[in-house]
Amino acid sequence: MLWLALRFPALPLEIFSRGAAAPGLLAVAASSDAHAELVACNRKAHDRGVRTGMAVAAASALAADLRVLTRDPALERAALERIASWAIQFTSAVSIASAAEVLLEIEGSLKLFGGLSRLWSRIEQELDLLGYAVSMACAPTPFAAQLFTRSGLPVRIQHNDALCVSLAQLPVDVLDLSSESNALLHDIGARTIGACLKLPRSGLARRLDRELLDKLDRALGHIPDPRLAFVPPANFTATLQLPSPVAEAAALLFAARRVLAELTGFLAATGKGAQRLCFRLAHEGLQDTCINLDLSTATRDLEHLTAVLRERLGRLALPSPAIAITLECKLLLPLAARNLTLLPDAREQAETIARLVERLRARLGKDTVQGLDTVADYRPEYAWRTAEPGARDHGTWLPLSRPLWILHVPRRLEEIGDLPQHEGQLTLLAGPERIESGWWDGNDVGREYFVARSPAQSLLWIFRELRAGGGWYLHGYFS
Amino acid sequence: MSSALDAVLQNPAVWRGGDCARVVLPSVPTGFPELDVLLPGGGWPAGALTEIHVERPGAGELHLAMPAAARLTRSGRWLALIAPPYVPYAPAFVAHGVQLSRLLLVRTTSAEDTLWACEQALRSQTCGAALAWLDRIHERALRRLQFAAESGGASMLLYRSSRVSPVSTAALRLHVCKSQGRTLVRILKRRGGGLPEPIALDLHSATRTRNRPFPFPPSIAPTRWKPPFPCSTSRPVPPLV
Repeated sequence: MLWLALRFPALPLEIFSRGAAAPGLLAVAASSDAHAELVACNRKAHDRGVRTGMAVAAASALAADLRVLTRDPALERAALERIASWAIQFTSAVSIASAAEVLLEIEGSLKLFGGLSRLWSRIEQELDLLGYAVSMACAPTPFAAQLFTRSGLPVRIQHNDALCVSLAQLPVDVLDLSSESNALLHDIGARTIGACLKLPRSGLARRLDRELLDKLDRALGHIPDPRLAFVPPANFTATLQLPSPVAEAAALLFAARRVLAELTGFLAATGKGAQRLCFRLAHEGLQDTCINLDLSTATRDLEHLTAVLRERLGRLALPSPAIAITLECKLLLPLAARNLTLLPDAREQAETIARLVERLRARLGKDTVQGLDTVADYRPEYAWRTAEPGARDHGTWLPLSRPLWILHVPRRLEEIGDLPQHEGQLTLLAGPERIESGWWDGNDVGREYFVARSPAQSLLWIFRELRAGGGWYLHGYFS
Repeated sequence: MSSALDAVLQNPAVWRGGDCARVVLPSVPTGFPELDVLLPGGGWPAGALTEIHVERPGAGELHLAMPAAARLTRSGRWLALIAPPYVPYAPAFVAHGVQLSRLLLVRTTSAEDTLWACEQALRSQTCGAALAWLDRIHERALRRLQFAAESGGASMLLYRSSRVSPVSTAALRLHVCKSQGRTLVRILKRRGGGLPEPIALDLHSATRTRNRPFPFPPSIAPTRWKPPFPCSTSRPVPPLV
């Protein structure tokens, strides 16, 4: 067994600050009371002299522009659960250990991810993408890994012998004992775990009940330490509080990318792809703005989702700045991981065209990006229709000469002495081809089509109306 | 003597001023052998920008691209038509051999959107070629298109009017017009240098199969013929009196 402990020391602050690239001075207080203590502050606030443990009033006196938020344990728990769901992509055994700690059993995953150091740096990078600072440690027992992260040592211990040596150097404080036990150990001069291990067990058990011995035995793996496996939820919903109201598309995209990264991790963990996403932007005192992304194929590609969202956000006009983003994933479909191939295959090409269409539609609108198809009809304007790109075409056509361009609506041509004019008098080259059709659906046509040449040598497709009104019309160009 | 000269001229290091340099460029055959021999690489340059200048529609400018479009779509690549000025008529495209299920039609409302759509299509790696209609375009935007075409390895055919600046970064520039019923293609710029004589292509011979004496005398213009019963087919013109 090899356990990787992830500890998020700044979680109370990061659940608020990770939504912005450069948040201002931020601090989190234990409660909304003016005398409450600060539990965390960001770097900028720290540089101005604000420290954790300070009263809110004192900190505000030091930095007038300090924004103090109230700690929200429910949000922290939700964030930690989302991190745990995200972590399931690395191992199936994930467990939430405490208010800010997640444990991963990774022994079985080392080979798949290319060894411990690769897995380590990948987890670090992806957590950075999510916006969390992490302290990590790796040890053969879960409790030992937790102890190392608490002391901030990024150790990677894979064997029990090394575990004993390293563990012995940790101070007893990391064990989180009761205050009487701590005082007693302090009095007898046992400052480190190593010193405690040298003391006779029977004496320790008599004076400190079983608490210390239990913890030491669990850390060293002498007694079993079962952990409850985390089960990811069936659906994905994530809310990101923005540290300050945001109206610009770029800043919104930055925040949205944080939740999208969480979503893609969750999707990779559950082996699914998202097809319908709903972003809700919350405003102060106004109704939420909804952005629905309907994708043509299920995906879990962060870059693609970001690209689609970027186009949508670029066109969006917000009624007022947003204060929070909620991402809800409405339609999750099973999506198997793709095998690596040397050459792109048909499936991959179909996927990329679907992506291109999605990107284009996200910016230009759904109806502007289409495919073409033919319809078996003699009337020229009914012989074609738009179709979904890539749909099977009928490919029916008649061996008739038809122009490559036609006009949406035929254009009336001037006539001089019964002869049609278009930039001068037209010369008729071929025809007539008579088309009389459509009496059954009310769009009856009766026309005689000709190929004509204009004085500028352009080839035109014109017709003479045989029905009421008569006259010559331009219907297309032989381009 | 002449054989010695031929041997020298066969040397690829020798370049004659009137010739197009023999360069190996990835390209898509245009389908017109007369035109292919004049183009470096023997076709529409792939991964590069081609400008086609045409004054007014109906000169056969779209027809020029059809054999290549048919070849690309038949081989499973996509063809994007971006901001076409009229409706691309599906039956005519099919008649030219284009597979409609590989055709992507993009309509835009601004030049900015057109350029953006071109770039997306070119970079997507799935489009073999993009055809776009855009008149006013900035030099910098042209360069962007050229880069996008290079990165995606796709051909970009840009249709423009002939009243545009004489300088361009495009790899190939053609001017298309009609003369004496034939399509005249003049090469304004090509890689490898040299400006050959314009060539005439007979593109619209098919449309002249049923020739009539012209100008069409209005006196024998067919009068309205009414079928005795509702008729649902296009029928050949009945004998006229």
